[in-house]
Amino acid sequence: MTLDTFLSLTTNGLSVSSILLLVGLGLSVTFGIMGVINFAIGGFIMIGGYMVYVVQGIIFAHYAGNDSFAIFLLALPFAFFAAGFIGFILEKSLIRFLYAKPYESMLATWGVSLIFQQLARNVFGSNNVVVNTPVMLSGGLHVIGGFQIPYNRLFILSLSIVAIVGVYCYLYRTNSGRKIRAVMQNRNMSACLGIPTGRIDSFTFAFGSGLAGIAGCALSLLGPIGPSMGEHYIVDAFMVVVLGGVGSLAGTIGGSLVIGMLSPYLEFITTSSMGRALVFIFVIILLQWKPEGLFVLRNRALD
Amino acid sequence: MENFIRKNLIVIFLVILASVVLFLPIYYVNLFGKYFVFAIIAVGIDIIWGYTGILSLGQGVFFSLGAYCMAMYLKLQTGALPDFMVWSGFKSVPYFLSLFANAWFAIPMAIILPMLLAVIISVPIFRSNIKGVYFSILTEALALVFSLVFIAQQSYTGGSSGITDFQSLFGYSLGSSDTIRGLFLITAAVLIGIYLLIEWMLSSQLGKILVAIRDGENRLKFLGYDTIRYKVFIFTLSAGIMGLAGALFVPQIGIVSPATFGIFFSIEMVIWVAVGGRGTLIGAIIGAIVVSGIKTFSSGIFPEGWLYILGGLFILVTIVFPGGIMGIWKRYKVFEQVNLDKKFLKDLNEEK
Amino acid sequence: MAGTILYGENITVDFNGFKALNGVSLYVNKGELRFLIGPNGAGKTTLLDVICGKVSPISGSFIFEENIELLGLREYQRARIGIVRKFQTPSVFEQLTVIENMTLAHKKNKGIFSSIFNKIDKKSENYIYEVMERINLIDKKLQYAGLLSHGEKQWLEIGMTMLQSPKLLLVDEPVAGMTGSERDKTGELLKDLAKDMSVLIVEHDMNFVEKFGERVTVLHEGSILCEGSFEYVRNDQTVIDVYLGRGAEEDA
Repeated sequence: MTLDTFLSLTTNGLSVSSILLLVGLGLSVTFGIMGVINFAIGGFIMIGGYMVYVVQGIIFAHYAGNDSFAIFLLALPFAFFAAGFIGFILEKSLIRFLYAKPYESMLATWGVSLIFQQLARNVFGSNNVVVNTPVMLSGGLHVIGGFQIPYNRLFILSLSIVAIVGVYCYLYRTNSGRKIRAVMQNRNMSACLGIPTGRIDSFTFAFGSGLAGIAGCALSLLGPIGPSMGEHYIVDAFMVVVLGGVGSLAGTIGGSLVIGMLSPYLEFITTSSMGRALVFIFVIILLQWKPEGLFVLRNRALD
Repeated sequence: MENFIRKNLIVIFLVILASVVLFLPIYYVNLFGKYFVFAIIAVGIDIIWGYTGILSLGQGVFFSLGAYCMAMYLKLQTGALPDFMVWSGFKSVPYFLSLFANAWFAIPMAIILPMLLAVIISVPIFRSNIKGVYFSILTEALALVFSLVFIAQQSYTGGSSGITDFQSLFGYSLGSSDTIRGLFLITAAVLIGIYLLIEWMLSSQLGKILVAIRDGENRLKFLGYDTIRYKVFIFTLSAGIMGLAGALFVPQIGIVSPATFGIFFSIEMVIWVAVGGRGTLIGAIIGAIVVSGIKTFSSGIFPEGWLYILGGLFILVTIVFPGGIMGIWKRYKVFEQVNLDKKFLKDLNEEK
Repeated sequence: MAGTILYGENITVDFNGFKALNGVSLYVNKGELRFLIGPNGAGKTTLLDVICGKVSPISGSFIFEENIELLGLREYQRARIGIVRKFQTPSVFEQLTVIENMTLAHKKNKGIFSSIFNKIDKKSENYIYEVMERINLIDKKLQYAGLLSHGEKQWLEIGMTMLQSPKLLLVDEPVAGMTGSERDKTGELLKDLAKDMSVLIVEHDMNFVEKFGERVTVLHEGSILCEGSFEYVRNDQTVIDVYLGRGAEEDA
């Protein structure tokens, strides 16, 4: 393996990790706080992707040929809030019946994701649509020799760093973040202390969905947008949660790095499908060693 | 006698249904053959999910392995080199696949291979005490991995278009309506046989142990039961049933493709059981037939609507009717049941 | 019934740097009714967890009977050689009937094929009925365990432990939440059981310990503080300092 290949695999891995991190964060917190497995997360990724498409479409219709990077940046909050808002409605209408019922929530949200997919097909057609990569992001940063880090991957990486720092500060530095952590650790006690657990739940779910929407934007820089774009990522995102341990920020970061970084190397050494199989086997072996997840502290209250 | 009828109601129902279907136009015979295969799948899922509380989202893998074994036999029995092998430049069938030209190897393998895979997968997972949704997620990942590998290994598996264009089975042309009727009858017999076998197994202590694993696995360990071994056993049994269903599926449908490996199909199977009512074999069988019936019907009149209906079913059955069809039935029957229990108790006490 | 049934040497349990047990050694005699007491967080329940296999220590050894090393055996294997745990909250199988619960506990051969092919024999069935009679659940034998009252579930679980014919019975706070007469009844039953087996009990209720405890072991912050008769332990100055002094105030 040449240095160039190594570097390019590493940047690929980092950007895949970033996307998995954005998706996995929401999944992990939702599971930790409500005991809900959200298979509809693929749908939120898709919503984020289509938001970029829609925003670009609307603006191009009025101002042809403007700086597309600004448009892309503009699409980010749109995606975040659109996905978040739909997540909020979903929580209020369905998810609240599914607290602490992981199996049921898994099946119900899978049903939701099927409906999302079909809706997308009916609205945008079943073919993939293409988003223009902003001119600013099309080049690359020269590092050593002929190797350059593509700007779009660099952008995705910084996007997720910003997101994780934001989430960290929110959870550990603000009052309402402390409440979220309290509910995650002991729901009944928190309710007794006057924390509005219902509001925290809706908010957390909406926030997780919003992050998935951002991940969808990031994905639009890497490939086409289609009704089932999210489905390719949900399995990996859930593996991140399994590997990292539920409700742990460090676990989600670690899990997404392990899975995101391993895939490109293994896929390069073998083939793309064998690479996926090896990652799966590797995860099972890791879980032999740390069944509760890599970053979960051992404690007395295992069950 | 009354008790016998009640116990075997579903068998009587299936026998009557099969006899009626047999005289319908061949299209419907074939359709119900498929439904019955799905009912076998549903029984296999119900024993692990409904009774033991293990939700696998990768059962499609075992089904597809069985199906590919059968498809490989159907393709290779003529001795000709399959088209997808020709395209990949093979001069002859690779040795390990050539064994599948023999029915006595291929058909048992359709059951044995899925069971082997189930053991290999489930022993490490259950031993490291991974359960609940973590198990579900890992099996889902298994489904994804297998579909990718089978797509990529095009020269052996036919890639994403799969294996198709089968001519005959044991010398009977697969296109003739007599063969289709025969296959349908075999499927119905296998379904009834598997139902009776599982029903008998579950009525023994094993059935109680599985329920106990579902309700309190740790407690059961402290009673001296090796719950891991039980879980591996039941998961492997389920995989074998899946493989058998796969082998019955291929000659009736005439194609196998990696789509049946994927997550979508694996989760759809689960909903059959949920709709019928998990934890009851009858519910599983009815659920599979009803949901597939709805699918056929809606695809005919409103093809785009199927995913909405399926999605709606997922939501409905988890939130509004958690017991499925059997649950609705039971709720209706509950008063009768209480009286029955009281009478039973009274009789017993008098007896003592 | 002389001799030692359990030799525990130098047991240390570590929860992420917190030593829940720190070099504890414990010897239990055959036919003994032993109480484990100590303040919260002393490691009493953890010690039971180690013996039954729920928690594994980072060092130490537990020898059962003559020569069976427990550490390394899985939970079900320990249950099969006669180490039986009765949990604090009643944990019965709610979706099974009383008699099904009892049968599960009593079954001799706990392998898969035996569970499919072997029917329960007449002798075992009679014994199960006898125990059900004793725990007063004979009239409810066909009821789902989930429908029993809290007290009935406790008794069902005690019945299940009896059916497992344990050699060493581990009991976690058996009288918590019971009324005075129920406590005495439970105490008598445990004393009765200790005729045929060793019983190791974690308990907080000092009156109960005084009434039934033959030998008492005091744990404090993961170590053994003192061991002996209740009289001896009660007059030990360190025990009074760390535990009994406070406990008496709490009880008052």
